[in-house]
Amino acid sequence: MTTTGGRAAGQQAQGPAQPRQAVQSAAARPLSADVPRQVTATTAEDRFAVLGCIIAAAGLVWVVYDRLLGLSGWVGFLACWYAVFLALYWAVSAMEHPRPVVVDRLVAAAIHGAAVLVVVAVSSTIFYTFVEGRHALVHLNFYTQDMSATPPNAPLTQGGISHAIEGTLVEVLIATAISLPLGVGTAVFISEVGGRFARAVRTVVEAMTALPDILAGLFIYTTLIVHLGVSASGFAASTALSVMMLPIIARSAEVQLRVVPGGLREASLALGAPRWRTVWRVVLPTARTGLATALILGIARAIGETAPVLLTSGASTYFVNLLAHPLDLFRVPMNSLPLFIYTAFRAPQDPNNLARMWGAASVLLGLVLVLFITARVLARSRAGRS
Amino acid sequence: MSVVLSGPPAQPGDDLDVPRPVSPGLPPADRLFHGGSRVVGAVVLVITGSIGLFLFLQLLPTLRSYGVHFFTQANWSPQIAEVGIAAAVVGTILVASIALAVSVPLALLTALYITEYAPRWLKGPMVSLIDLMAAIPSIVYGIWGFFLLQPIAMQVSRWLSQYLAFFPPFQVATDPSAPNIQLLPHYGSSTAIAGVVVAMMALPMACAVMRGVFAQAPAGEREGALALGATRWGVIRSVVLPFGRGGIIGGTMLGLGRALGETIAVAVIISPNYIINFNVLQTGSITIPSLIALRFPEASPGELSNLLAAGFVLFVLTLVVNLIAAVFITRSRSGAATEI
Repeated sequence: MTTTGGRAAGQQAQGPAQPRQAVQSAAARPLSADVPRQVTATTAEDRFAVLGCIIAAAGLVWVVYDRLLGLSGWVGFLACWYAVFLALYWAVSAMEHPRPVVVDRLVAAAIHGAAVLVVVAVSSTIFYTFVEGRHALVHLNFYTQDMSATPPNAPLTQGGISHAIEGTLVEVLIATAISLPLGVGTAVFISEVGGRFARAVRTVVEAMTALPDILAGLFIYTTLIVHLGVSASGFAASTALSVMMLPIIARSAEVQLRVVPGGLREASLALGAPRWRTVWRVVLPTARTGLATALILGIARAIGETAPVLLTSGASTYFVNLLAHPLDLFRVPMNSLPLFIYTAFRAPQDPNNLARMWGAASVLLGLVLVLFITARVLARSRAGRS
Repeated sequence: MSVVLSGPPAQPGDDLDVPRPVSPGLPPADRLFHGGSRVVGAVVLVITGSIGLFLFLQLLPTLRSYGVHFFTQANWSPQIAEVGIAAAVVGTILVASIALAVSVPLALLTALYITEYAPRWLKGPMVSLIDLMAAIPSIVYGIWGFFLLQPIAMQVSRWLSQYLAFFPPFQVATDPSAPNIQLLPHYGSSTAIAGVVVAMMALPMACAVMRGVFAQAPAGEREGALALGATRWGVIRSVVLPFGRGGIIGGTMLGLGRALGETIAVAVIISPNYIINFNVLQTGSITIPSLIALRFPEASPGELSNLLAAGFVLFVLTLVVNLIAAVFITRSRSGAATEI
């Protein structure tokens, strides 16, 4: 019915040059009492039912909860509001509509409620962190000084987290330098070389993506620090992070290589290129943005990991001058942002200490957000190109 | 064929008709490439595989000194030679179950919102938001949970223990109706609060898998259901949910794997207590990862070996859960090509 109506309307729009069709559509007009029910568009009644129920529930809960029962607490208020809203909405819908429509509306209300709850939870995390961090973030020395000469409860005009920022950047950089070639190499091996051994590698790598982060730290601590005698240092922390990142990068890179069209590989081979050149010149460049996205998301994951660095890096309070003493990377403890937050949390709770903790959390979250947005922009530019 | 016939007759012994070998052995450069990438694969296999092997080797001395008591003993006091992970295993499972009980319904409904209800302009931002949720560091969730969530959650806990105490897990060893009750020592740092914080980390993983599977539900069957007069919920119930069952189970298991392994958020929230505590609203519990993180700083070599053994138990637990998840997710994907 919808199709016929649509075609008739379309033909009518073509004008009087085709009188026969115009007559046809005119003849169809008396039948238009049979207009199809709209299945997707919302009517005014739908909107007013929702809106009215929300307002009515708010009023009812306010009167009963706040005035009559004398209860307090906004969590209880919101929970009651939502429950009363669902009940009212059910009642209002049941007056007009058959059962399937009522169920449909209630499910829609529940689904929208859940989505709103999730959005509120995530945004509260982000906003609360930045709001609490604002005290520390406005001081310039927060970014340029370390805590070597500053007790944790000193005012915010002294000391800062430059050592933690340095540690995070250095550790993640080294971890990336280790795990990127190995990860992409493994992905190339699995998707371009193949064979039974490659399938075995793939199974193990996939199983290891779910490795609890603390086990990566424990593994490096026992092998590198206890057995091989490397001291707790930035380097040890980097290896722990790379053990954690390696399966993640290998797996997502393999997914990116798998979606490179086979025709491109065949075209390159048909032109006489050897395999390695096909991979280097055709497969990897085609998957470049996808690989970059996978890498950035892996870095964003590693940058926030606390458990591996907690076990391996030791928590220093001073800026490690790697330019003057590069070997300090292997010798002295190195702090990082997640570790700084954790130690500040464990320390005796003092307003200035907590302000620094939230400041460090804001910087960490800011880094993750920047990486995340970069990954999104890259992914979008790829989607736009293809 | 005719070309061959019209040509000069082939002489016996003439090798012109032998096909050119089209797949010769690999050139040396390619053999190098294959060998090199095989070596990389082997290195990665050794690195990742040795973690499991290595942790397993640490289990043996622990089992030799404590025997089966390592699994049944709740107390963790190496000073008096009582070391067991029963409390930690129970705590891990309780925290993970609460996390799943909170996150799976929310993940399911949010995934349905994204695929079925969200207007077109909102789909992209919602997907990004869920992905961002997975990228937020767990330490940030931890301090968020401690400073923002816990004061609210303690009030809710008190209410639950006041009115729903007939349900045994909600009982708390104090009088919840006492007028000037100190909430923090009784209701703070509990299993339930840790579970809710971990739910924030399990939710995005479960939601991403579910959304992916729901979006693949065959359009033909959706349209069929709509044409038969189904409402939106009717389409979801009759097409989307049955089609996405594998993804729902797989996503749940993936979230469970994340919840079992979460360390630092739990270590921040929970106050360590080495007894088996089923009263989830009451202060104090322990999980395997937080046990490792909290005991590690002052561990002697002997205790370190015990912690590694506990790590192996955690490793096996997460590995099994993730293998099950992988089976369900691949199975659901292989059924994706439903033809009409």
